[in-house]
Amino acid sequence: MKAAIVTFPGTNRERDMRTALKRVTGRDPLMLFHRDALPDDLDLVVLPGGFSYGDYLRCGAMAAQSPIMRDVRNHAARGGHVLGVCNGFQILIEAGLLPGGLLRNASLRFLSMDCHMRVERTGTAFTSHWQQGAVFRSPMAHGDGNYFADHATLERLEGEGLVAFRYTDAAGVVTEAANRNGSANNIAGILSPNLRVCGLMPHPEDLVDPLMGGTDGLPMFESLAATFVSA
Amino acid sequence: MKARVYVMPKAGVLDPQGKAIGTALEGLGFGGVTDVRAGKVIELDLAETDAAKAKAAAEEMARKLLANTVIESFRVEIA
Repeated sequence: MKAAIVTFPGTNRERDMRTALKRVTGRDPLMLFHRDALPDDLDLVVLPGGFSYGDYLRCGAMAAQSPIMRDVRNHAARGGHVLGVCNGFQILIEAGLLPGGLLRNASLRFLSMDCHMRVERTGTAFTSHWQQGAVFRSPMAHGDGNYFADHATLERLEGEGLVAFRYTDAAGVVTEAANRNGSANNIAGILSPNLRVCGLMPHPEDLVDPLMGGTDGLPMFESLAATFVSA
Repeated sequence: MKARVYVMPKAGVLDPQGKAIGTALEGLGFGGVTDVRAGKVIELDLAETDAAKAKAAAEEMARKLLANTVIESFRVEIA
């Protein structure tokens, strides 16, 4: 798997992501800064978490205008895979690569805690190593993760199976209490129509080793590694 | 020429900040505040001297960057 992690001023979770990718591929992904050019033979581009450009204007709004995002758009247009986690998800939304918006958490509080998610769409490059409906634990840490989309967009996401992950309790039941940030339909992560762009607020890359307290997030990276096994 | 861009959460979009401000006002004893919406104002100094062109330019800036029209609406005033 040829993977690159793209960082901006203020990105701070890129090393966690590198650890997760290296764990499944055995080699370091390419680490790129926003001024670098994106190679055009990549299998996967990852936008990791952090506070790019200090969250100025709106989370992800500045990074979305960065020149390297043109390359990321082209990569996606060629059918390339893109994963955005937390601030990376916010950037994908601001760049128009995924629909909707991410509002301030309904509680107005920065949420730094574990959550549970249910896998709503297996069989993709990001989720194939989970069973449909599997529930897993994941850390999350964000102030603006309250997923919003208009009614028509939500209907389309739900109808076309583009909701990747949903916040649930530990038993996999969709509850209001499990939806800490107030997201529409408890949505934690979504997919593009071609299933190759995935964005989510929680951090599966932070649970990929027993030393981290668990391996709940590992299936995402095993799925990616298996997808690009020949590359 | 000065352009002022008002960016507000769209009607129907949850505005947790506005809600929190409303609760705080109530706590301070201000009664009768039935709703609060919180947005932002962005002031632009433009070299353009034609008001219509300045407004059109500021609206284009709002659409492209200053507002996220999925969740926010905007209004431009030329001063």
